[in-house]
Amino acid sequence: MLSVIDVDRIREDFPILKRRLKNGKRLIYFDNAATTQKPKQVIDAIYNYYTNYNANIHRGVHQLAVEATEAYEDTRVKVAKLINASNDEVIFVKNTTEAINLVAYAWARKSINAKDTIVLTEVEHHSNVVPWQIIAREKGARLHYIRVNLEDSSNYSLMLEDLYDVLARENVRLVAVSHMSNVLGSILPVKDIVKICKGYDKDIKVLVDGAQSTPHMPVDVKDIGCDFFAFSAHKMLGPTGVGVLYAKQELLDHMDPFIYGGDMIKEVHKYDARWNDLPWKFEAGTPNIADVIGFGAAIDYLNAIGMNNVRAYEHELTEYMLSRLDEVKGLRLYGSRDANTRGAVFSFNLADIHPHDLATILDEDGIAIRSGHHCAQPLMEKLGVAATSRASLYIYNTKEEIDAFIESLNRARLIFKVGDH
Amino acid sequence: MSSADIYREIILDYYRNPRNYGKLEDADVVVRDSNPLCGDEVEMHIKFEDGKIKDIRFNGKGCAISQASASMLTEIVMKKSIEDVKKIGKEDILDNLGLTNLGPARIKCALLSLKVLKMGIYSYLADKVGEKEEASKIKEDANKLY
Repeated sequence: MLSVIDVDRIREDFPILKRRLKNGKRLIYFDNAATTQKPKQVIDAIYNYYTNYNANIHRGVHQLAVEATEAYEDTRVKVAKLINASNDEVIFVKNTTEAINLVAYAWARKSINAKDTIVLTEVEHHSNVVPWQIIAREKGARLHYIRVNLEDSSNYSLMLEDLYDVLARENVRLVAVSHMSNVLGSILPVKDIVKICKGYDKDIKVLVDGAQSTPHMPVDVKDIGCDFFAFSAHKMLGPTGVGVLYAKQELLDHMDPFIYGGDMIKEVHKYDARWNDLPWKFEAGTPNIADVIGFGAAIDYLNAIGMNNVRAYEHELTEYMLSRLDEVKGLRLYGSRDANTRGAVFSFNLADIHPHDLATILDEDGIAIRSGHHCAQPLMEKLGVAATSRASLYIYNTKEEIDAFIESLNRARLIFKVGDH
Repeated sequence: MSSADIYREIILDYYRNPRNYGKLEDADVVVRDSNPLCGDEVEMHIKFEDGKIKDIRFNGKGCAISQASASMLTEIVMKKSIEDVKKIGKEDILDNLGLTNLGPARIKCALLSLKVLKMGIYSYLADKVGEKEEASKIKEDANKLY
């Protein structure tokens, strides 16, 4: 079957895929949910900035400063287009975690009161749990979790009856939910959640953690209707150290800055200061200019493929992976068996082999997977496991790599002398 | 080292059939530690008598290396004097496991139980015997393991 993208050509763009590992093995990189590899276009963009127009932005009138400012602000325009936001609604931060913390400190601290409720889900990454625990403790607010449905093997989605239930009983101010689970791979019904919440009370805010979804599928924040949306560049071919917070303009207008200093002010006098306009009000100090520019190149790269094609190709890989995983005896998959409801993130356990032992064996075959709790311990508790192995794919992965991965799993079964059960 | 060398019969046997697994109701000390990176957990229950380890049990969850290592360690130190147990170092554990060339990513798994044991002796000497100075040396040892 002909793929929707030319994976061989894509692989050519990733220098790291050419390297050999310690034992001469070819790298099979299946840890994309942690961070993705970078194409040479991204690496070159960063190199080009430092080589040809390195300067601080927004302040200088000299040519380099103008060029650097343009390149930095160009990325903002690209991000805005990518997620269908306006430029003023795109705030550059360090990563998804910082974006969520920005909302916690600059919005929630002023808007959440005692006896209010913050609704989370059982699949959240720690970065979308811990900030809310702190706010809840500080304000005397409650936390409420929407359960994940582990019974329906074709779905693994949320039990939305829990949302209706809490909306009816408690004073919900915020719902913070992942767009895609970094463990189960489930694509969660964020649009429905927004609709349900706003239908109940239009002042309920919804924050969507898009760290796992934005790299892998088209995202339209206006269509979702959420108030906040957060994601990271490094999980979508971009450099580390760059994240994005999208927030509706009327919210940003009323929020005070999160970090104070240079660049976020309009005027400073001895005893007071006026904040800068959006979005710079939230970007104090010299930002990560080089990596924001690198992120721009990553978005260009993804746009050239097309986010619909990215999703379609991963769908194809997912179907193949699901069928191959079925063949491995003693493998327990934690996630939906329907490629339509999920992304290409596969958490599993193999017989009684601990994930760290499995990862060690796969590493020997050049296969990089993740093992552990994936910063989602509440979900691990729900699944009744201490840890899982996780393979997560991206546009440069191939069916041949999946075959090698399956072979390596079977080798692990032999090493661990797992019986045929 | 290759994974076939790591996961030899003996490691798998201790992983699947751990000796001295469980708890002690009358333990003098109960110590627990975990590896935040990989989530390995080891808890040790130790009963002392006349300067010796009279009885010891461990429990926990984690990879084959961490659990086999903990189980083997309980066998080594059972009935041994505190003086002897204090001398056990990193190399002794790795030798005993036959894992002398474990990479940096996994060495913590092998040494977690020794760290827990040393912390157990530390807390016994410091809190029950009152040998604060001797105890703090052991704590230092434990923290230097990895």
